[in-house]
Amino acid sequence: MIPEIGLAALWLAAALAVLQMVSGAFALKAAEGAVNPLAIYARPAAVVQAFLAVLAFLMLLWSFAITDLSIKLVASNSHSMKPLLYKLTGTWGNHEGSMLLWVGVLALSGGLLAGFEKRLPERTMGATLAVQGFVALGFYAFLLLSSNPFERLPVPAAEGTGLNPLLQDIGLAIHPPTLYAGYVGLSVAFSLAMGALLTNQVNPSFARVLRPWVLGAWVLLTFGITAGSYWAYYELGWGGWWFWDPVENASLMPWLAATALMHSVSVLAARDALRTWTIMLGVLAFSMSMLGTFLVRSGVLTSVHAFAVDPERGAFILGLLGLYIGGAFTIFALRAGAVAEGKRFAIASREGALVFNNVMLSAILAIVLLGTLYPLLTEVFDVRVSVGPPYFNPAGAIFAIPMLLVMAVGPLLRWKSDKPARLQFELALIAALVIGVIALVSFFGQFPLLPLLGLGLAAALAVAAFLPLRGRNLARVPVATWGMVLAHFGIAVSLFGMACEGAFSQERLAAVAPGGTEQIGDFAVTLESVTPVAGPNWTAIEARLAVSRDGGEPVILNPQARNFWSPPQSTSESALLTRWDGQLYAVIGNQAEDGRWQIRVWWKPFVTFIWYGGLLIALGGILAIAGRVKVDVKRRAAVTKGAERRADVEALDVASPVPAE
Amino acid sequence: MKAKHQRLILVIIALVAIVGAGLLAAWSLRNQANYFYLPEQMASAPPEVGQAVRLGGMVKAGSIKTEADGVTVNFLVTGNTADAIPVRYSGILPDLFVENSGVVAEGSLGPDGVFLATNLLAKHDENYVPKELEGMGTDQAAKMAAETTVGLK
Repeated sequence: MIPEIGLAALWLAAALAVLQMVSGAFALKAAEGAVNPLAIYARPAAVVQAFLAVLAFLMLLWSFAITDLSIKLVASNSHSMKPLLYKLTGTWGNHEGSMLLWVGVLALSGGLLAGFEKRLPERTMGATLAVQGFVALGFYAFLLLSSNPFERLPVPAAEGTGLNPLLQDIGLAIHPPTLYAGYVGLSVAFSLAMGALLTNQVNPSFARVLRPWVLGAWVLLTFGITAGSYWAYYELGWGGWWFWDPVENASLMPWLAATALMHSVSVLAARDALRTWTIMLGVLAFSMSMLGTFLVRSGVLTSVHAFAVDPERGAFILGLLGLYIGGAFTIFALRAGAVAEGKRFAIASREGALVFNNVMLSAILAIVLLGTLYPLLTEVFDVRVSVGPPYFNPAGAIFAIPMLLVMAVGPLLRWKSDKPARLQFELALIAALVIGVIALVSFFGQFPLLPLLGLGLAAALAVAAFLPLRGRNLARVPVATWGMVLAHFGIAVSLFGMACEGAFSQERLAAVAPGGTEQIGDFAVTLESVTPVAGPNWTAIEARLAVSRDGGEPVILNPQARNFWSPPQSTSESALLTRWDGQLYAVIGNQAEDGRWQIRVWWKPFVTFIWYGGLLIALGGILAIAGRVKVDVKRRAAVTKGAERRADVEALDVASPVPAE
Repeated sequence: MKAKHQRLILVIIALVAIVGAGLLAAWSLRNQANYFYLPEQMASAPPEVGQAVRLGGMVKAGSIKTEADGVTVNFLVTGNTADAIPVRYSGILPDLFVENSGVVAEGSLGPDGVFLATNLLAKHDENYVPKELEGMGTDQAAKMAAETTVGLK
């Protein structure tokens, strides 16, 4: 019964998406200010649709929780003996379930937009909801026609096949949902951009409506990428934190576009400049989200992360992708000319710096996009290649370095036009820091170029992030400005972690007999014993490593090599020793014939700063949203108060005795 | 008039940067892309010594030998013909690295004709197989395909 309710809810939601689309489109036919009688259904349709789609997802969640083995999806992805948490997270650890989550979030954000956004003109809102309905409809069709999550088995399975052990991790509980919410949050930015373009409402008040959605999606993407990077780092046991894997790139590309969009929306809101550019980035950001979904879900790419491989579904998503992106860019090309030119600005101005960084972000996006798609392209000609760090790192850095330098200066510039001479002290300080740190570090040894540049830039950025606060009363600095400072500081922190990891990491690989000791950096690692252990659905061999720093009190680390029995698979569980200045990363390997065990240990100085930085960036975004909301609430309160006072005055006027003529 | 002018300049700058990025990408992709070789291809037309490439094939039965240090292994990779490429690798072997199983070795060819692997990709799990091995056209590939579709529809 439960899955049938879910399926019915999905069909109803699809029908409502049609209603929302048609009704929203009628709003366009209404004259300025008037309300078309058929346009009033769009908002309620979006809200009810959100309710139904979320209901469908909850039904699937319930089916996984009780391990209903009559459902094909549950039988092929779950197991009755699994811990409850992983039963629940298994809901989105597979193709159908994750697409249902995608669609659920899409409908939910559409519903929130329809329910709470009252600032936009009705025509723009109608057009926006029509576009949102159109996007949702395509994905409902995809779900219902080619990947029905609620399909029953003719005969219930006796037992489920289990969930990929790599996915049985707390990382899966948070990583995909946040990323999806980020991806799909950008769909609202897309719909709003199309709505504003169609009704010619590209102006600062539109930007203020758009901004929280972009900021919210961006915060979720930032958080999702950070969590995903850490998850891959400790779960895959390779000691790396970013692999330039296509699936990782699929999440990085929307982030790059969203970062550019977020900054250009701010320019539009504050200065009424960059109108068409903002619209284009809105289209681009969601296009990258859909491209990411296509890459991950279609299995066209070789990737250790792509767990579901199905080309037919890939063709379906590719069709949707072509329809939406092609349609959006066609409308953009037809309507962009009608958008009036925004306010102008000089090259040396805050807008100028933001435009420069927007272009640099787009260039990095192009580098990542081409590098990700290149193997697909060559495969058509039967040449098989893979593209990795030797391409991405230098090619990305060529654009990232100027971008980071401009980022250090940009927030110090004035809007509209500024004289660089005014910032002599700041410019000199930033240059001195970059050169000084690079010179200092090179004095101590030979390091690769990119980490060296990274260290110099990190130092300069960390200081430059706080320069906008110089000479201001800290108590009166707006919350949103603190958000910017924090996010920019987070970039410096993250960059510092990446550069340290790249420059100073040490690695030791050895076969060790029990009782033997290996030295790495300041650490002495002693293999005390290797014992078999068992968990709820796995068995493992576990090493007991005593790690002592500079002869200090030893700490015990327990890396494991696990064997899961449903599905049968082995994973390597790394053991981490976190100190304030870095992490010791230990993995146990196979046993050699003579009884020694392979141990691999890394000392990675300041590697944790990569993720601390990511969290700071996300926190900065949250502060920016909080700051905007605070200002908005204040303004609304002021408006209400003003209205009340006027009403009072009017009431008084009425009550006061009318002087006799 | 002047407004149009500024928009035009912005568009041109943006286009130059993006096209520049595209050209840079195209140029460095040709140099940095990591080509895939089957053992017979590597035997007949070997890549330059030191160039980063990938070698994919089957681990030959009985060929895995561990050196005295306990962490360096030598083995042979075979493809559809009798050609076998010797591979040396130092590190922890992937969990499913066994004889007669598929493997993709990332690394470069040494001057002595031994392929020095920096990373081995074996079947990472039940559902993952190095994509390159799908085109092998041997009974092993068919066997592997059967193995790798467990749990998939």
